[in-house]
Amino acid sequence: MLKLTPFHDRHVAAGGRMVDFAGYDLPVQFHGIIPEHTRVRTTVGVFDVSHMGRIEVRGKDALAFVNRVTTNDASRLAVYQAQYSVLCYPDGGIVDDLVVYRLPDRYFLVVNGANNEKDTAWLQEHPSGDVQMENITDAQAQLAIQGPKAEAVMQKVCSIPLAQIGFYWAAHCEVAGVKALVSRTGYTGEDGFEAYFPAESAAKVWDAIFAAGKEFDIEPIGLGARDTLRMEMKMALYGNDIDKTTNPIEAGLSWVVALDKPEGFVGSDVLKRVEAEKPARRLVCLEMQDRSIARPHYPILAGLGHDPDSTAESGHVPRQIGMVTSGTLSPSLNKGIALGYVKRQFTKAGTEVQIDIRGRNAAAVIVKPPFYKHGSVKKGQSAKS
Amino acid sequence: MANFPGDLKYAKTHEWVKLDGDVATIGITDFAQGELSDIVYVEITALGKTIKRDEPLGTIEAVKAVSDLYSPISGKVTEANEALKDSPASVNSDPYGAGWMAKIRVSDPAELGNLLDATAYAELAAKSAHH
Repeated sequence: MLKLTPFHDRHVAAGGRMVDFAGYDLPVQFHGIIPEHTRVRTTVGVFDVSHMGRIEVRGKDALAFVNRVTTNDASRLAVYQAQYSVLCYPDGGIVDDLVVYRLPDRYFLVVNGANNEKDTAWLQEHPSGDVQMENITDAQAQLAIQGPKAEAVMQKVCSIPLAQIGFYWAAHCEVAGVKALVSRTGYTGEDGFEAYFPAESAAKVWDAIFAAGKEFDIEPIGLGARDTLRMEMKMALYGNDIDKTTNPIEAGLSWVVALDKPEGFVGSDVLKRVEAEKPARRLVCLEMQDRSIARPHYPILAGLGHDPDSTAESGHVPRQIGMVTSGTLSPSLNKGIALGYVKRQFTKAGTEVQIDIRGRNAAAVIVKPPFYKHGSVKKGQSAKS
Repeated sequence: MANFPGDLKYAKTHEWVKLDGDVATIGITDFAQGELSDIVYVEITALGKTIKRDEPLGTIEAVKAVSDLYSPISGKVTEANEALKDSPASVNSDPYGAGWMAKIRVSDPAELGNLLDATAYAELAAKSAHH
Protein backbone atom coordinates (compact mmCIF):
# COMPACT_ATOMS: atom_id res chain seq x y z
CA MET A 1 0.00 0.00 0.00
CA LEU A 2 1.53 3.30 -1.09
CA LYS A 3 1.51 6.08 1.47
CA LEU A 4 0.00 9.42 0.51
CA THR A 5 1.48 12.76 1.45
CA PRO A 6 -0.87 15.50 2.74
CA PHE A 7 -0.67 17.13 -0.72
CA HIS A 8 -1.69 14.06 -2.72
CA ASP A 9 -5.03 15.47 -3.88
CA ARG A 10 -3.31 18.68 -5.00
CA HIS A 11 -0.87 16.67 -7.16
CA VAL A 12 -3.64 14.67 -8.79
CA ALA A 13 -5.69 17.83 -9.41
CA ALA A 14 -2.64 19.46 -11.05
CA GLY A 15 -2.25 16.50 -13.44
CA GLY A 16 0.75 14.95 -11.72
CA ARG A 17 1.99 11.64 -13.10
CA MET A 18 2.16 9.64 -9.90
CA VAL A 19 4.83 7.03 -9.19
CA ASP A 20 6.04 4.99 -6.24
CA PHE A 21 8.93 6.82 -4.62
CA ALA A 22 10.21 5.82 -1.18
CA GLY A 23 6.90 4.06 -0.59
CA TYR A 24 4.88 7.21 -1.34
CA ASP A 25 2.64 7.97 -4.31
CA LEU A 26 4.44 11.08 -5.58
CA PRO A 27 4.46 13.09 -8.82
CA VAL A 28 7.43 12.38 -11.10
CA GLN A 29 6.29 15.27 -13.28
CA PHE A 30 3.36 17.51 -14.08
CA HIS A 31 3.74 18.87 -17.61
CA GLY A 32 7.37 18.00 -18.32
CA ILE A 33 10.72 17.69 -16.58
CA ILE A 34 12.43 20.34 -18.73
CA PRO A 35 9.80 23.11 -18.31
CA GLU A 36 9.51 22.35 -14.58
CA HIS A 37 13.30 22.51 -14.23
CA THR A 38 13.34 25.83 -16.09
CA ARG A 39 10.56 27.18 -13.88
CA VAL A 40 12.72 26.68 -10.77
CA ARG A 41 15.82 28.16 -12.44
CA THR A 42 13.94 31.24 -13.67
CA THR A 43 11.18 32.04 -11.15
CA VAL A 44 9.84 29.66 -8.50
CA GLY A 45 8.55 26.12 -8.05
CA VAL A 46 7.18 24.08 -5.17
CA PHE A 47 8.25 20.54 -4.26
CA ASP A 48 6.26 18.30 -1.94
CA VAL A 49 9.03 16.73 0.13
CA SER A 50 6.76 15.39 2.85
CA HIS A 51 8.18 11.92 2.18
CA MET A 52 11.48 12.98 3.80
CA GLY A 53 12.07 11.40 7.22
CA ARG A 54 11.82 13.81 10.16
CA ILE A 55 13.28 12.83 13.51
CA GLU A 56 13.42 14.88 16.70
CA VAL A 57 16.14 14.29 19.29
CA ARG A 58 15.71 15.66 22.82
CA GLY A 59 17.37 15.22 26.18
CA LYS A 60 20.42 16.62 27.90
CA ASP A 61 22.72 14.29 25.97
CA ALA A 62 21.12 15.07 22.60
CA LEU A 63 24.12 17.02 21.32
CA ALA A 64 26.62 14.34 22.33
CA PHE A 65 24.43 11.74 20.62
CA VAL A 66 23.98 13.71 17.38
CA ASN A 67 27.68 14.49 17.30
CA ARG A 68 28.52 10.81 17.77
CA VAL A 69 26.35 9.55 14.88
CA THR A 70 26.89 12.37 12.35
CA THR A 71 30.12 13.35 10.62
CA ASN A 72 29.76 17.14 10.75
CA ASP A 73 30.37 19.04 13.99
CA ALA A 74 26.94 19.64 15.52
CA SER A 75 28.53 21.43 18.49
CA ARG A 76 29.20 24.36 16.17
CA LEU A 77 25.51 24.92 15.50
CA ALA A 78 23.90 27.99 17.01
CA VAL A 79 20.20 27.79 17.90
CA TYR A 80 18.21 27.83 14.60
CA GLN A 81 21.27 27.00 12.53
CA ALA A 82 21.30 23.97 10.22
CA GLN A 83 24.06 21.88 8.69
CA TYR A 84 24.36 19.26 6.00
CA SER A 85 25.83 16.08 7.42
CA VAL A 86 26.28 12.33 6.95
CA LEU A 87 25.52 9.22 8.98
CA CYS A 88 28.27 6.62 8.60
CA TYR A 89 28.73 2.96 9.46
CA PRO A 90 31.85 2.05 11.46
CA ASP A 91 33.56 1.07 8.17
CA GLY A 92 33.01 4.60 6.79
CA GLY A 93 30.23 3.56 4.39
CA ILE A 94 27.26 5.92 4.26
CA VAL A 95 24.01 5.14 6.08
CA ASP A 96 22.43 8.34 4.75
CA ASP A 97 22.97 12.04 4.20
CA LEU A 98 20.84 14.48 6.17
CA VAL A 99 20.24 18.00 7.43
CA VAL A 100 20.68 18.61 11.16
CA TYR A 101 18.86 21.58 12.72
CA ARG A 102 19.53 22.90 16.19
CA LEU A 103 16.25 24.19 17.64
CA PRO A 104 15.79 25.85 21.07
CA ASP A 105 15.00 22.60 22.92
CA ARG A 106 16.00 19.85 20.50
CA TYR A 107 17.85 18.69 17.42
CA PHE A 108 15.85 17.98 14.31
CA LEU A 109 17.14 15.53 11.69
CA VAL A 110 15.78 15.42 8.14
CA VAL A 111 16.74 12.22 6.31
CA ASN A 112 15.95 10.63 2.95
CA GLY A 113 12.44 9.22 2.73
CA ALA A 114 13.65 5.88 1.38
CA ASN A 115 15.99 5.56 4.38
CA ASN A 116 13.64 6.76 7.10
CA GLU A 117 13.03 3.36 8.71
CA LYS A 118 16.62 2.21 8.29
CA ASP A 119 17.99 5.42 9.78
CA THR A 120 15.58 5.39 12.69
CA ALA A 121 16.60 1.82 13.52
CA TRP A 122 20.27 2.72 13.13
CA LEU A 123 19.95 5.72 15.43
CA GLN A 124 18.15 3.61 18.03
CA GLU A 125 21.14 1.26 18.08
CA HIS A 126 23.25 4.12 19.41
CA PRO A 127 21.58 5.33 22.59
CA SER A 128 23.78 7.32 24.90
CA GLY A 129 22.47 8.67 28.17
CA ASP A 130 19.52 11.03 28.34
CA VAL A 131 18.26 11.00 24.76
CA GLN A 132 14.68 10.76 23.52
CA MET A 133 14.06 10.21 19.83
CA GLU A 134 10.78 10.64 18.05
CA ASN A 135 10.01 10.09 14.39
CA ILE A 136 7.49 12.81 13.49
CA THR A 137 7.37 12.14 9.73
CA ASP A 138 3.66 11.35 9.56
CA ALA A 139 2.61 14.34 11.65
CA GLN A 140 4.33 16.92 9.47
CA ALA A 141 4.12 18.24 5.94
CA GLN A 142 7.27 19.56 4.24
CA LEU A 143 7.45 21.81 1.21
CA ALA A 144 10.49 23.17 -0.63
CA ILE A 145 9.85 26.53 -2.33
CA GLN A 146 12.79 27.09 -4.67
CA GLY A 147 13.89 29.62 -7.23
CA PRO A 148 15.07 33.23 -7.55
CA LYS A 149 11.55 34.42 -6.70
CA ALA A 150 11.10 32.10 -3.70
CA GLU A 151 11.70 34.84 -1.14
CA ALA A 152 9.31 37.26 -2.87
CA VAL A 153 6.60 34.59 -2.76
CA MET A 154 7.23 33.37 0.77
CA GLN A 155 7.48 36.90 2.17
CA LYS A 156 3.82 37.41 1.25
CA VAL A 157 2.71 34.50 3.44
CA CYS A 158 5.34 34.53 6.23
CA SER A 159 4.90 36.43 9.50
CA ILE A 160 8.56 37.47 9.80
CA PRO A 161 11.04 39.26 7.51
CA LEU A 162 12.74 36.45 5.59
CA ALA A 163 15.83 38.57 4.91
CA GLN A 164 16.87 37.75 8.47
CA ILE A 165 17.09 34.01 7.69
CA GLY A 166 20.54 33.32 6.22
CA PHE A 167 21.61 30.31 4.17
CA TYR A 168 21.24 27.20 6.33
CA TRP A 169 19.47 29.10 9.09
CA ALA A 170 15.87 28.66 10.20
CA ALA A 171 13.13 30.39 12.18
CA HIS A 172 9.80 29.56 13.74
CA CYS A 173 7.08 31.72 12.25
CA GLU A 174 3.62 31.52 10.72
CA VAL A 175 3.06 30.61 7.10
CA ALA A 176 -0.47 31.49 6.01
CA GLY A 177 -1.35 31.67 9.70
CA VAL A 178 0.01 28.18 10.36
CA LYS A 179 2.88 27.68 12.83
CA ALA A 180 5.89 26.46 10.89
CA LEU A 181 9.64 26.02 10.89
CA VAL A 182 11.09 27.77 7.84
CA SER A 183 14.71 27.39 6.74
CA ARG A 184 16.72 28.78 3.85
CA THR A 185 17.72 25.36 2.49
CA GLY A 186 17.14 23.30 -0.63
CA TYR A 187 18.37 20.81 -3.19
CA THR A 188 18.36 22.88 -6.37
CA GLY A 189 21.19 25.44 -6.27
CA GLU A 190 18.62 28.22 -6.24
CA ASP A 191 17.68 30.47 -3.38
CA GLY A 192 14.73 29.02 -1.53
CA PHE A 193 13.11 27.74 1.60
CA GLU A 194 11.86 24.59 3.19
CA ALA A 195 8.81 24.80 5.44
CA TYR A 196 7.78 22.22 8.05
CA PHE A 197 4.28 22.40 9.49
CA PRO A 198 1.45 20.19 10.79
CA ALA A 199 0.11 17.80 8.14
CA GLU A 200 -3.49 18.82 8.84
CA SER A 201 -2.74 22.37 7.61
CA ALA A 202 -1.22 21.18 4.35
CA ALA A 203 -3.98 22.37 2.00
CA LYS A 204 -4.17 25.82 3.59
CA VAL A 205 -0.42 26.44 3.27
CA TRP A 206 -0.22 24.99 -0.27
CA ASP A 207 -3.08 27.15 -1.52
CA ALA A 208 -1.68 30.31 0.10
CA ILE A 209 1.78 29.78 -1.42
CA PHE A 210 0.33 29.15 -4.89
CA ALA A 211 -1.87 32.24 -4.64
CA ALA A 212 1.15 34.31 -3.56
CA GLY A 213 3.26 32.94 -6.42
CA LYS A 214 0.74 33.47 -9.19
CA GLU A 215 2.51 36.60 -10.46
CA PHE A 216 5.67 34.50 -10.98
CA ASP A 217 3.84 31.59 -12.66
CA ILE A 218 4.55 29.36 -9.66
CA GLU A 219 4.14 25.64 -10.41
CA PRO A 220 4.32 22.33 -8.57
CA ILE A 221 7.53 20.50 -9.52
CA GLY A 222 7.91 16.73 -9.78
CA LEU A 223 10.66 14.35 -8.74
CA GLY A 224 12.08 14.29 -12.29
CA ALA A 225 13.09 17.95 -12.19
CA ARG A 226 14.20 17.60 -8.58
CA ASP A 227 16.73 15.07 -9.88
CA THR A 228 17.97 17.16 -12.84
CA LEU A 229 18.25 20.29 -10.65
CA ARG A 230 20.33 18.56 -7.98
CA MET A 231 22.52 16.84 -10.57
CA GLU A 232 23.43 20.17 -12.20
CA MET A 233 24.76 21.24 -8.78
CA LYS A 234 26.63 17.95 -8.11
CA MET A 235 24.45 17.33 -5.08
CA ALA A 236 24.67 13.65 -4.19
CA LEU A 237 21.62 11.39 -4.27
CA TYR A 238 21.57 8.51 -1.80
CA GLY A 239 21.18 5.22 -3.63
CA ASN A 240 22.88 6.63 -6.74
CA ASP A 241 26.02 8.58 -5.87
CA ILE A 242 26.40 7.60 -2.23
CA ASP A 243 25.47 4.44 -0.35
CA LYS A 244 26.95 1.97 2.13
CA THR A 245 29.71 1.05 -0.35
CA THR A 246 30.97 4.65 -0.68
CA ASN A 247 32.50 6.89 1.96
CA PRO A 248 32.01 10.65 2.31
CA ILE A 249 35.66 11.46 1.56
CA GLU A 250 35.63 9.86 -1.90
CA ALA A 251 32.14 11.31 -2.48
CA GLY A 252 33.60 14.82 -2.13
CA LEU A 253 31.86 15.45 1.19
CA SER A 254 34.99 16.10 3.30
CA TRP A 255 33.59 19.57 3.98
CA VAL A 256 30.94 17.98 6.22
CA VAL A 257 33.29 15.46 7.85
CA ALA A 258 34.79 16.96 11.02
CA LEU A 259 37.73 14.60 11.57
CA ASP A 260 38.93 16.93 14.35
CA LYS A 261 35.93 16.31 16.62
CA PRO A 262 37.64 15.43 19.95
CA GLU A 263 35.29 12.54 20.76
CA GLY A 264 35.33 11.15 17.21
CA PHE A 265 32.19 9.75 15.57
CA VAL A 266 30.93 6.50 14.12
CA GLY A 267 33.28 5.79 11.21
CA SER A 268 35.88 8.42 12.12
CA ASP A 269 38.79 5.99 12.52
CA VAL A 270 38.34 4.64 9.00
CA LEU A 271 37.68 8.06 7.48
CA LYS A 272 40.85 9.50 9.08
CA ARG A 273 42.82 6.76 7.36
CA VAL A 274 41.05 7.35 4.03
CA GLU A 275 41.78 11.07 4.28
CA ALA A 276 45.45 10.48 5.15
CA GLU A 277 46.00 7.90 2.40
CA LYS A 278 43.84 9.77 -0.15
CA PRO A 279 40.88 7.84 -1.54
CA ALA A 280 41.52 5.50 -4.48
CA ARG A 281 38.57 6.99 -6.38
CA ARG A 282 36.55 10.15 -6.31
CA LEU A 283 33.11 11.30 -7.41
CA VAL A 284 33.54 13.61 -10.40
CA CYS A 285 31.44 15.62 -12.83
CA LEU A 286 31.41 14.42 -16.43
CA GLU A 287 30.22 16.36 -19.44
CA MET A 288 29.32 14.44 -22.60
CA GLN A 289 30.90 15.62 -25.85
CA ASP A 290 28.04 14.44 -28.05
CA ARG A 291 24.28 14.06 -27.67
CA SER A 292 24.47 10.84 -25.67
CA ILE A 293 23.26 10.52 -22.11
CA ALA A 294 25.08 8.40 -19.56
CA ARG A 295 22.99 6.44 -17.08
CA PRO A 296 23.80 4.84 -13.71
CA HIS A 297 26.16 1.82 -13.89
CA TYR A 298 27.57 2.64 -17.32
CA PRO A 299 31.35 1.97 -17.30
CA ILE A 300 33.75 4.93 -17.54
CA LEU A 301 36.76 4.10 -19.71
CA ALA A 302 40.13 5.63 -20.48
CA GLY A 303 42.02 4.69 -23.63
CA LEU A 304 45.17 6.58 -22.76
CA GLY A 305 46.93 7.54 -19.60
CA HIS A 306 48.95 5.44 -17.22
CA ASP A 307 47.02 3.20 -14.85
CA PRO A 308 49.39 1.86 -12.18
CA ASP A 309 46.73 -0.56 -10.93
CA SER A 310 46.59 -2.33 -14.25
CA THR A 311 48.93 -5.21 -14.92
CA ALA A 312 47.62 -5.74 -18.43
CA GLU A 313 49.51 -4.57 -21.51
CA SER A 314 46.54 -2.46 -22.39
CA GLY A 315 48.04 -0.11 -24.97
CA HIS A 316 45.30 2.09 -26.38
CA VAL A 317 42.50 -0.31 -25.64
CA PRO A 318 40.07 1.53 -23.35
CA ARG A 319 39.81 0.02 -19.93
CA GLN A 320 37.46 0.71 -17.13
CA ILE A 321 38.49 3.42 -14.68
CA GLY A 322 35.15 3.97 -13.03
CA MET A 323 31.38 3.91 -13.16
CA VAL A 324 28.57 6.40 -13.70
CA THR A 325 26.26 6.88 -10.70
CA SER A 326 23.85 9.53 -12.07
CA GLY A 327 23.27 10.88 -15.56
CA THR A 328 20.81 13.01 -17.43
CA LEU A 329 20.41 15.69 -20.03
CA SER A 330 21.12 18.98 -18.29
CA PRO A 331 18.12 21.16 -19.17
CA SER A 332 20.11 24.31 -18.32
CA LEU A 333 23.17 23.44 -20.41
CA ASN A 334 21.33 21.34 -23.01
CA LYS A 335 24.01 18.66 -22.89
CA GLY A 336 24.53 15.31 -21.28
CA ILE A 337 25.96 15.43 -17.76
CA ALA A 338 26.85 12.67 -15.34
CA LEU A 339 28.32 11.98 -11.94
CA GLY A 340 30.56 8.99 -11.41
CA TYR A 341 33.47 7.57 -9.51
CA VAL A 342 36.84 7.41 -11.29
CA LYS A 343 40.27 6.31 -10.11
CA ARG A 344 42.04 9.24 -8.57
CA GLN A 345 44.62 9.73 -11.32
CA PHE A 346 41.75 10.56 -13.71
CA THR A 347 39.94 13.12 -11.57
CA LYS A 348 41.58 16.30 -12.88
CA ALA A 349 39.31 18.72 -14.73
CA GLY A 350 39.94 18.48 -18.44
CA THR A 351 40.72 14.74 -18.39
CA GLU A 352 39.22 13.07 -21.46
CA VAL A 353 37.45 9.77 -20.87
CA GLN A 354 34.88 7.62 -22.61
CA ILE A 355 31.58 6.28 -21.35
CA ASP A 356 30.33 2.93 -22.58
CA ILE A 357 26.81 3.83 -23.72
CA ARG A 358 25.27 0.42 -24.36
CA GLY A 359 28.34 -0.79 -26.25
CA ARG A 360 29.32 2.48 -27.93
CA ASN A 361 32.16 4.54 -26.47
CA ALA A 362 31.06 8.15 -26.17
CA ALA A 363 33.53 10.93 -25.37
CA ALA A 364 33.22 12.76 -22.05
CA VAL A 365 35.37 15.25 -20.14
CA ILE A 366 35.85 15.64 -16.40
CA VAL A 367 34.72 19.15 -15.42
CA LYS A 368 34.72 21.21 -12.22
CA PRO A 369 31.53 21.29 -10.18
CA PRO A 370 28.92 22.55 -10.36
CA PHE A 371 27.72 22.05 -13.93
CA TYR A 372 25.35 24.99 -13.56
CA LYS A 373 27.13 28.08 -12.27
CA HIS A 374 24.36 30.71 -12.19
CA GLY A 375 22.22 29.49 -9.28
CA SER A 376 20.60 32.16 -7.11
CA VAL A 377 21.53 30.41 -3.84
CA LYS A 378 22.68 33.00 -1.28
CA LYS A 379 25.58 31.20 0.34
CA GLY A 380 27.26 34.37 1.57
CA GLN A 381 24.37 35.05 3.90
CA SER A 382 25.64 32.84 6.68
CA ALA A 383 24.40 34.55 9.83
CA LYS A 384 21.31 36.25 11.11
CA SER A 385 21.68 39.99 11.10
CA MET B 1 -6.19 12.42 -23.53
CA ALA B 2 -3.90 10.64 -25.93
CA ASN B 3 -4.86 10.70 -29.58
CA PHE B 4 -4.72 7.65 -31.93
CA PRO B 5 -5.48 8.43 -35.60
CA GLY B 6 -7.71 5.85 -37.29
CA ASP B 7 -5.58 5.60 -40.45
CA LEU B 8 -2.54 4.18 -38.63
CA LYS B 9 -1.62 0.71 -37.40
CA TYR B 10 -0.19 0.21 -33.94
CA ALA B 11 2.23 -2.20 -32.24
CA LYS B 12 1.84 -3.44 -28.68
CA THR B 13 5.28 -1.91 -28.06
CA HIS B 14 3.74 1.55 -28.72
CA GLU B 15 4.97 2.29 -32.23
CA TRP B 16 2.70 3.42 -35.07
CA VAL B 17 3.05 2.52 -38.76
CA LYS B 18 1.75 4.30 -41.82
CA LEU B 19 2.10 2.43 -45.10
CA ASP B 20 2.49 4.42 -48.34
CA GLY B 21 3.12 2.05 -51.27
CA ASP B 22 5.85 -0.26 -49.93
CA VAL B 23 7.34 2.35 -47.58
CA ALA B 24 6.29 2.35 -43.94
CA THR B 25 6.78 5.44 -41.80
CA ILE B 26 7.30 4.63 -38.13
CA GLY B 27 7.09 6.64 -34.95
CA ILE B 28 5.91 6.29 -31.38
CA THR B 29 2.35 6.87 -30.24
CA ASP B 30 0.97 9.86 -28.42
CA PHE B 31 0.61 7.62 -25.37
CA ALA B 32 4.27 6.55 -25.57
CA GLN B 33 5.60 10.09 -25.95
CA GLY B 34 3.57 11.11 -22.90
CA GLU B 35 4.98 8.25 -20.85
CA LEU B 36 8.59 8.94 -21.90
CA SER B 37 8.24 12.74 -21.74
CA ASP B 38 11.03 15.21 -22.56
CA ILE B 39 12.58 13.31 -25.47
CA VAL B 40 16.08 14.65 -26.16
CA TYR B 41 17.66 12.28 -28.64
CA VAL B 42 16.52 9.64 -31.12
CA GLU B 43 19.09 7.32 -32.68
CA ILE B 44 18.12 4.95 -35.49
CA THR B 45 20.87 2.37 -35.03
CA ALA B 46 19.44 0.10 -37.74
CA LEU B 47 19.66 2.72 -40.50
CA GLY B 48 20.64 1.03 -43.77
CA LYS B 49 20.10 -2.44 -42.35
CA THR B 50 17.47 -5.01 -43.15
CA ILE B 51 15.69 -6.02 -39.98
CA LYS B 52 12.90 -8.31 -38.92
CA ARG B 53 9.71 -7.38 -37.14
CA ASP B 54 10.20 -6.79 -33.38
CA GLU B 55 13.95 -6.25 -33.76
CA PRO B 56 15.50 -3.06 -32.34
CA LEU B 57 15.33 -0.13 -34.70
CA GLY B 58 17.04 2.35 -32.43
CA THR B 59 16.96 4.05 -29.06
CA ILE B 60 15.04 6.96 -27.63
CA GLU B 61 16.68 9.05 -24.94
CA ALA B 62 14.39 10.99 -22.65
CA VAL B 63 15.60 13.07 -19.72
CA LYS B 64 14.54 10.37 -17.32
CA ALA B 65 15.49 7.15 -19.12
CA VAL B 66 16.48 5.45 -22.34
CA SER B 67 14.07 3.16 -24.23
CA ASP B 68 14.41 0.85 -27.19
CA LEU B 69 12.48 1.50 -30.35
CA TYR B 70 11.32 -1.75 -31.97
CA SER B 71 10.42 -2.23 -35.58
CA PRO B 72 6.76 -3.19 -35.96
CA ILE B 73 7.50 -4.53 -39.44
CA SER B 74 10.25 -6.31 -41.43
CA GLY B 75 12.23 -4.56 -44.16
CA LYS B 76 15.14 -2.31 -45.01
CA VAL B 77 15.55 0.86 -42.92
CA THR B 78 15.99 3.49 -45.62
CA GLU B 79 15.66 6.73 -43.73
CA ALA B 80 15.91 8.30 -40.27
CA ASN B 81 14.27 11.60 -39.44
CA GLU B 82 17.27 13.96 -39.51
CA ALA B 83 15.16 16.89 -38.28
CA LEU B 84 14.92 15.22 -34.87
CA LYS B 85 18.61 16.00 -34.28
CA ASP B 86 17.72 19.67 -33.87
CA SER B 87 14.18 19.31 -32.60
CA PRO B 88 13.75 16.02 -30.70
CA ALA B 89 10.88 17.64 -28.80
CA SER B 90 8.70 17.35 -31.91
CA VAL B 91 8.27 13.69 -30.91
CA ASN B 92 6.43 15.04 -27.88
CA SER B 93 4.55 17.83 -29.63
CA ASP B 94 3.69 16.08 -32.94
CA PRO B 95 4.26 12.31 -32.59
CA TYR B 96 2.38 11.39 -35.81
CA GLY B 97 3.77 14.24 -37.93
CA ALA B 98 7.12 16.00 -37.49
CA GLY B 99 8.01 13.46 -34.81
CA TRP B 100 8.22 10.46 -37.17
CA MET B 101 11.39 8.44 -36.62
CA ALA B 102 12.21 6.08 -39.48
CA LYS B 103 11.12 4.79 -42.89
CA ILE B 104 11.28 1.13 -43.84
CA ARG B 105 10.93 -0.48 -47.27
CA VAL B 106 8.54 -3.21 -46.25
CA SER B 107 9.43 -6.79 -47.26
CA ASP B 108 6.04 -8.30 -46.45
CA PRO B 109 3.04 -5.93 -46.36
CA ALA B 110 0.90 -8.79 -44.99
CA GLU B 111 2.67 -8.28 -41.64
CA LEU B 112 0.52 -5.21 -41.13
CA GLY B 113 -2.30 -7.60 -40.38
CA ASN B 114 -0.58 -8.49 -37.11
CA LEU B 115 -0.80 -4.92 -35.86
CA LEU B 116 -3.60 -3.31 -33.88
CA ASP B 117 -6.11 -0.80 -35.17
CA ALA B 118 -6.69 2.48 -33.33
CA THR B 119 -9.54 1.16 -31.18
CA ALA B 120 -7.66 -1.95 -30.01
CA TYR B 121 -4.53 0.10 -29.32
CA ALA B 122 -6.48 2.73 -27.34
CA GLU B 123 -7.70 -0.07 -25.06
CA LEU B 124 -4.15 -1.35 -24.59
CA ALA B 125 -2.88 2.15 -23.84
CA ALA B 126 -5.64 2.74 -21.30
CA LYS B 127 -4.64 -0.49 -19.51
CA SER B 128 -0.93 0.44 -19.56
CA ALA B 129 -1.51 3.95 -18.27
CA HIS B 130 -0.54 5.02 -14.81
CA HIS B 131 -3.49 5.79 -12.63
